[in-house]
Amino acid sequence: MNTCEHCCTKIDNLTVRFGDNVILDNVNLHVNCGEVIGVVGPNGAGKTTLLRTILGEIPSKGKISFRVAGSASQKTKIGYVPQKLQFDLSSPISVTDLVASAISRYPVWAGVSKDLSERVKDVLSLFSAEHLLKRRLGELSGGELQRVLLAIAMTPVPKLLLLDEPASGVDIKGLSLFYQIVDDLRKKNDIAVILVTHDLAGVSSYVDRLILLNRSVIAQGEPKEVLSNEKLVAAFGPSLWNISCLPNLRVSGDSKNDNH
Amino acid sequence: MIIIEAWYKIMDILPFGWTHYVFMKNALLAVLLVTPLFALLGTMVVNNRMVFFTDVLGHSALTGIAIGVLLGFYDPTLPMIILAVVLAVSINLLKNITKTSIDTVLGVFFAFIVALGIVILSRQGGFVKYTSYLIGDILAVTPKQIAWFSLIAIVVLVYWHIAGNAMIITSVNPSLARSRGVNTFLTETSFTVLLAIVVIVSIRLAGILIINSLLVLPAAASRNFARNTYSYTLGAVIISVLSGIAGLIVSYYWGTASGATIVLFAAVFYCLSALLNRFLIK
Repeated sequence: MNTCEHCCTKIDNLTVRFGDNVILDNVNLHVNCGEVIGVVGPNGAGKTTLLRTILGEIPSKGKISFRVAGSASQKTKIGYVPQKLQFDLSSPISVTDLVASAISRYPVWAGVSKDLSERVKDVLSLFSAEHLLKRRLGELSGGELQRVLLAIAMTPVPKLLLLDEPASGVDIKGLSLFYQIVDDLRKKNDIAVILVTHDLAGVSSYVDRLILLNRSVIAQGEPKEVLSNEKLVAAFGPSLWNISCLPNLRVSGDSKNDNH
Repeated sequence: MIIIEAWYKIMDILPFGWTHYVFMKNALLAVLLVTPLFALLGTMVVNNRMVFFTDVLGHSALTGIAIGVLLGFYDPTLPMIILAVVLAVSINLLKNITKTSIDTVLGVFFAFIVALGIVILSRQGGFVKYTSYLIGDILAVTPKQIAWFSLIAIVVLVYWHIAGNAMIITSVNPSLARSRGVNTFLTETSFTVLLAIVVIVSIRLAGILIINSLLVLPAAASRNFARNTYSYTLGAVIISVLSGIAGLIVSYYWGTASGATIVLFAAVFYCLSALLNRFLIK
C-alpha cells in the first residue's frame, strides 16, 4: 500500500487540531486512480474534517500530495459534493443558476444565455438530471439535489472526487442510482473517489476499500473484511451504525447485536 | 453636470406640478439611481440572511456621526463610513471564529453601537440636532451627491458582474464554492464592505430608521414569485424603482417624509406579492 504505482492521492501523517482537540491523528491514506474508497466511522470521528482538509480548507500537519501527469503535486482538480446545503427552501436559485454560476463566469443574475443554458443541460444530462433545469433548489428531492451537485463536481472531470454523506436524505432508489452513476464515472474516467458515509449496507457493494476512521485509521481493507472485524464492533458497539441494515454482517461472539 | 442639465430639461417637458421644482428633479434622479442599487444589494442580503446585519450597519451611522462630532468633522460621512466598514469586517471575522449564534453576536453589536452613539450625541441635551439623520431627506439631495451616487452605482454594477456567481455559489455552500476555486472570505468581506459604504452614503436620503427596509422589502417581495436568479433580480429592481417613484410623488402631495413613504409602497408591494404567491401560484 505504501509504494503504490498508480497512487493518485497520498495522505501521510495527517494531523488536524482545533485548539487542544485532536480531530485527526496521524492519518495515512493512499488512494489509487479508479478506486472508490468508503470512509465510515462514528459521529465526530473526523470524516467531514478529513474531506475538508483534503480540499485545503483546514490547516493541518502532515502531507497531502497528488500525482498529476506522473509527478507529485500539492494541488489537483478536486470535485466535491457537500453533505448538506445551507440555503433556505424559498431561495429563488434555480438548478440552472447554480450549475451556470459554477461552470461559467458569465453572471447569472443578468440572465442565462441560450448557449450557456445548453451547456448546463449537457452537463446535467450525464446525470439523469436535465429535466430539473428550471426547478428551484428547494423543490428538489434529496436524490435529485445529489445528482445536480455531482454534475457540478464532475465538470470539468476531476482527478479526485470527494462525496460527503451522499446517503443522507436520499431514498433507497435515488441512492442506488447515485452509487451506480459514481461507479460508471470512475470506470470511464479513472478517477479516485473518497466517499464518506453512514450507509454501510448500501455502500459496501460499490466500494473497493472500506476505511474505518475514528480520529485515525482503525482498520481498512475489503468491505467484507472490515465489516466482519470483531474488534471494530467491540470498539464502537452497535451505535456505529444501524446493524439492522447489515443482513450479511456476521459478528461472532456478540449476541447483543442479534437483537437489532 | 451636463447630464443634470439635460435631466432638468426633460423634467420640464413633463406636465406635472411637482416636476417644476429643482429639489424634486434632483430627488427623482437620486431615487432612480439609488433604488435599483438597493434592490440589487438587497437580493443578496436576503439570500444570505443578512437582514439583521444590514440593520446593525445602518444604525452604526449614529455612532459614526458621534465620532465625527467628537473629532470635529464638519461632514461626518468619512467617520461614518470607516466605522461601518470596520464593523462589517469585524462581524464577518467574528462570524467565522465564534461559536455563539450570529443573531446574538449582532444583537450585542446593535445594542452597543446604538447606545454609544446616543450617549455621545445626547451630551448636554443636544440629540435633537441629529434627528434629521433618523428620518433622512431625499429632497435635500444635491447634484454633487447625485454624481457620487452615479459613481457608486457603476462600482456596484461592476462588482456584481465580477462577483455575482461567486456570491450565489457561496450562499448555497461555502465549501462547494471553495472547491470551485472561489475565495469565499474575500467574496463575503468585499460584499459587506460595499454594503457598508452604500448604506452609509444613502443614510441622508432614507434615514437610519428605515434604510434597511429599502434593502430588504423589494428583494423579499420579489422572492414571493421569482423562479430563478434573473427574475428575482429583475423583480426586485422593478419593485424598488416603482416604490421609489410612487413614494416620492405621493410624499410631495401628502407633505410626508419621502423615505418612509417609499418604504410604505415597498411594503404594499410585499403584501401584494405574498398574496399573489399564496392564492395564484400555489
